[in-house]
Amino acid sequence: MESLVAALTVFMLAVFVGFEVIRKVPPTLHTPLTSGSNAVSGITLVGALVSAGTENQLTTILGFVAVVVATINVVGGFLVTHRMLHMFKRKA
Amino acid sequence: MAWIVNLVYLIAAVCFILTFKGLAHPRTAVRSNQLGAFGMLLAVVVTLFDKHIVSFGTIIAGLVVGSALGALLALKVRMTAMPQMVALLNGFGGGASVLVAGSALIEVEVMSGASLTQMAVATVASGLIGAVTFWGSLTAYAKLEEWSFMKDVRFKGQQVLNAALLLIAVGLGAQVVRDPSATVWYWALVAVSSLLGVLSVMPIGGADMPVVICLLNSYSGLAAAATGFVLDNSMLIIAGSLVGASGIILSQIMCKAMNRSLTNVLFGVMTGSGEQQSSDQVYAGKVKSASPEEVAMLFDTARRVVIVPGYGMAVSQAQHTVRDLTSLLEAKGIEVEFGVHPVAGRMPGHMNVLLAEADIPYEQVKEMDEINSSFPQTDVAIVIGANDVVNPLARTDPGSPIAGMPILDVDKAKTVVVVKRSLSPGFAGIPNPLFAAHNTLMMFGDGKKALLELIGAIKES
Repeated sequence: MESLVAALTVFMLAVFVGFEVIRKVPPTLHTPLTSGSNAVSGITLVGALVSAGTENQLTTILGFVAVVVATINVVGGFLVTHRMLHMFKRKA
Repeated sequence: MAWIVNLVYLIAAVCFILTFKGLAHPRTAVRSNQLGAFGMLLAVVVTLFDKHIVSFGTIIAGLVVGSALGALLALKVRMTAMPQMVALLNGFGGGASVLVAGSALIEVEVMSGASLTQMAVATVASGLIGAVTFWGSLTAYAKLEEWSFMKDVRFKGQQVLNAALLLIAVGLGAQVVRDPSATVWYWALVAVSSLLGVLSVMPIGGADMPVVICLLNSYSGLAAAATGFVLDNSMLIIAGSLVGASGIILSQIMCKAMNRSLTNVLFGVMTGSGEQQSSDQVYAGKVKSASPEEVAMLFDTARRVVIVPGYGMAVSQAQHTVRDLTSLLEAKGIEVEFGVHPVAGRMPGHMNVLLAEADIPYEQVKEMDEINSSFPQTDVAIVIGANDVVNPLARTDPGSPIAGMPILDVDKAKTVVVVKRSLSPGFAGIPNPLFAAHNTLMMFGDGKKALLELIGAIKES
């Protein structure tokens, strides 16, 4: 129970930080915000890595697929966000 | 050693928070995005030292395949197709959460540091939200691509069916919590949630897509946060909840810009309460169609022009032509600004990205609240492929389905030029009296083609 409460504490505080920080993002950058936050949500990758590296064959297969899709999410997300933000910077 | 790993995870989490903070301004945004990628790299590298990892072959293969596909997608995608791209990526994030939570259920000791009950409850959440995100996103992708079998499917009892599916999913979830070793319940839960994901996005269409994209974005974050509870990993919880918050804020902004509630977007059908005028009553004999030459003459005396882009500009890929027109007008000494409605396009900020792609400085692109007061001093307002967001009925007719929706007041400009393929109604399905207004000129045709003709006519005059 103790670890659950600790995890919930982190969750609630992070939600509040999120609301405060993201409220300040201007509408111009809402598309990069969506794609960038998308990339961050690919953080599940770290769980996928452990799963893919285990001895159990079934979890290895699940893990492999998870690593592939999570990496697409991460790499694709950050890269496309970079492409967009670069276009905003060009003329600034 | 575990403390070192957790310390690096903390650094990664801080990087993610700073990523969002840096997005507050276009100048700092590029670097903040790189910081986010760096944080992710740190997290991945330190995870590879996990003592439970016995072989690296599968991991490396997965990373290589994923990176190649991700990079290919990111570098190839057209800026107009950004909503589809984001939908797809959202889905992958959700899908990964489903698989990781499923693995954790199989290899409880290896994967999860949490207590069994926490792990089981979080796995259920991760599987449910993740599967809804994955299939909902794929459905959204198909709808955005306008695949013909993906029409807005609506049938009687749809919401009852969705509610029943959700109840079944929760029931299956209770089974998982009761006996986490019987993994079949988990996969049954995933199957039911997948169906729920498809069915809940199916009826939503067109101009409501921005809300769906934001919501799915939020879900993908919440799924990651739930996986964080499964693995008892604070960094996942922090990263996931940041994304969850971001998606929720954006959906709120979108709903407000349409003067509708979230439930209305998700379940409601747009209908007005009052008597609707037919398009014949509104348009008959009052619509003035103008040639490019006639429109070009307006710019001989104009001093201020505001361009209002809509989804039609994206469809006809007209952003570069719009830039050419802008440069031409500016060369004539005319002040040109852009007015963007929050829900223009198929995702938040869609128009801003397209204009940035065409090298239009972001200072020149104004938000609705900023530009609206300037329309009375504007000589020509050019509307390109937008409809509902410039429909004055929102202000005047309380019975209209878009009543109370904030709009761009282009009708207050001296002359309004509307570039549009036909008089067909927008998403709200109602006629637009703007097209029949005494100060409006219609330029019928595909956005890009019409603008090219206009540019030609201005150069000749």
